[in-house]
Amino acid sequence: MATGALRAPAQFAAIAEPTARSQAMFIEASRVLTHARCVNCHPPDDTPRQGDTHAPHDPPVLRGTEDRGIPALGCATCHQDRNAELARVPGAPDWHLAPRSMVWLGKSPAQICAQLKDRSRNGDRTLAQIQHHIATDRLVGWGWEPGADRAPAPGTQAQLGELVQAWIDTGAACPTEEVKR
Amino acid sequence: MIELTVNGAAQRVDADEDMPLLWVLRDLLGLTGTKYGCGEALCGACTVHIDGHTVRSCVTPIRRAAGRAVTTIEGLSKAGDHPLQRAWVELGVPQCGFCQAGQIMTAAALLAENPKPTDAEIDHSLAGNLCRCGTYLRIRAAVRKVAGT
Repeated sequence: MATGALRAPAQFAAIAEPTARSQAMFIEASRVLTHARCVNCHPPDDTPRQGDTHAPHDPPVLRGTEDRGIPALGCATCHQDRNAELARVPGAPDWHLAPRSMVWLGKSPAQICAQLKDRSRNGDRTLAQIQHHIATDRLVGWGWEPGADRAPAPGTQAQLGELVQAWIDTGAACPTEEVKR
Repeated sequence: MIELTVNGAAQRVDADEDMPLLWVLRDLLGLTGTKYGCGEALCGACTVHIDGHTVRSCVTPIRRAAGRAVTTIEGLSKAGDHPLQRAWVELGVPQCGFCQAGQIMTAAALLAENPKPTDAEIDHSLAGNLCRCGTYLRIRAAVRKVAGT
């Protein structure tokens, strides 16, 4: 498999047992869900991260009450609806942090999976709504078109959407913590 | 042509939609109070308001301001006597002054939303406005003077 590619659901057909196949597909999807382009805006605190080392956002900014910054220093103070290539400032519509309940940074695939299925922590979404969000949201889609010299998330947004749909169709089984990537 | 309001006056500018707002203000409209610092939204010198909210004009394409109200340091008050501007003078806040338009515009947006900010809230909201002269303590004091805290 080429570097940066994402395996398609059909490539998991050899795993006959549906739960095991579902777990394997989530592990594959988690290559995106744990990628720096995604987890940097799913922090466990009030500070967004930057870069592949998850460095604190510079200039220093805070989450604020609506996950969109604080008075006079909102996300939209600097971030536009698309990347500002000359300035290297990333951008997408409604640039903001994921809510506090959706911590991905530092979490394992199993922990992220459990969180995605927990309506008290996933924005009260059904699995179908989760899949739709992952497959179509333009801010999510920024992860594959991050601009400048940032490494994109593996595969494409459409491929991740297919993988998540297949995971749901096979029972949305979460991997165990013992599974190593 | 892109239509917008700048400091209360309707403007029509002949500019590419991706032209940074900063250059529309400085080069096309002659409003040079807003400064170019880093060009990467990292220093805050170019801060202006769009519909009352701060933006870094160096990275804000003019299309974002189309049909909206832009306020620059020149428009904060007609006579340059906005309470923040008076406090800045009274406390002798600026040294070289280059960053101060951005500092004041950020402070004005903060006070509009939070009239009685704590020291921490002032520091956090102004954290993206750099001052090479290090006038941060006087900036905070001037904001507190206007807030009456």
